Amino acid sequence: MGGYARFVWPSISFALAVLIWNVWSARRHHARALTRAARAVAMARSEES
Amino acid sequence: MWTWFYRLASPPYVYRTAAALTPWFFAGAALMIGYGLVDGLAFAPPDYQQGDAFRIIYVHAPSAWLSLFAYTLMAVAGAIALIWRIKVGYAVAAAAAPIGASFTLAALVTGSLWGRPMWGTYWAWDPRLTSELILLFLYFGVISLRQAFEDPARGDRAAALLGVVGVVNVPIVHFSVTWWNSLHQGGTVMRLGKPEMPGSMLWPLLAMLAGFMFFFGAVLCMRVRGEVLSRERQSAWVREAVIS
Repeated sequence: MGGYARFVWPSISFALAVLIWNVWSARRHHARALTRAARAVAMARSEES
Repeated sequence: MWTWFYRLASPPYVYRTAAALTPWFFAGAALMIGYGLVDGLAFAPPDYQQGDAFRIIYVHAPSAWLSLFAYTLMAVAGAIALIWRIKVGYAVAAAAAPIGASFTLAALVTGSLWGRPMWGTYWAWDPRLTSELILLFLYFGVISLRQAFEDPARGDRAAALLGVVGVVNVPIVHFSVTWWNSLHQGGTVMRLGKPEMPGSMLWPLLAMLAGFMFFFGAVLCMRVRGEVLSRERQSAWVREAVIS
């Protein structure tokens, strides 16, 4: 990297870490919402019965 | 056109469409980012002035572009929700905020790492850097404001309002390098006339820009699904979706 490796590779690594965080965070966000929705459905069912 | 617009206001339609689009967006992102990174890091020639340090552009410029795009989308979605009372707009605005904040942070960190060898400092109170930092604080403000109210509907409205007001910072970030004297270089791709880069450097950059946009689309769809589920969890269609 022509003497610039200590700037280039951390930049690439940080950007890739942001991409990975976004996927992890979006998956967790959706999974939590699904759990909450399932809990709401279960509560509604128990109230009906 | 209005039929399409009103279909977008339907939470089950948005939920299903987002689910269908996610894998396609991820595939586009993987292809474009894969090509852009390999070509940009291994095959593009070094810059005649900046040497190999210029390769930081392949992650810095797409991050900076996304930071502005995500904010604009968040403000437009918030405005649509405020004006037409379309609740999906709040869901899209809430979904876009953390993604945009993360890419603003990426733009600041990678820019800072690029600035050290080129300007001799990691940070300067330069118009472009300062306005981008303000953009990050605006994102934090929007995210915090949404969570600050006990009533989620009030939080949504307040956050959307701040988002709409804060959009004035987007053209300031973009044009800061032309309006004021700046350490930051001027536009190289988004300019009138021909881009200033040769094709061997430009193609991987365009691929990275497209890849980051696809990636944004994919994670936005995932987050919008989560937001829609959370907001609609008492409705019949969510009950059916959860049971199936």
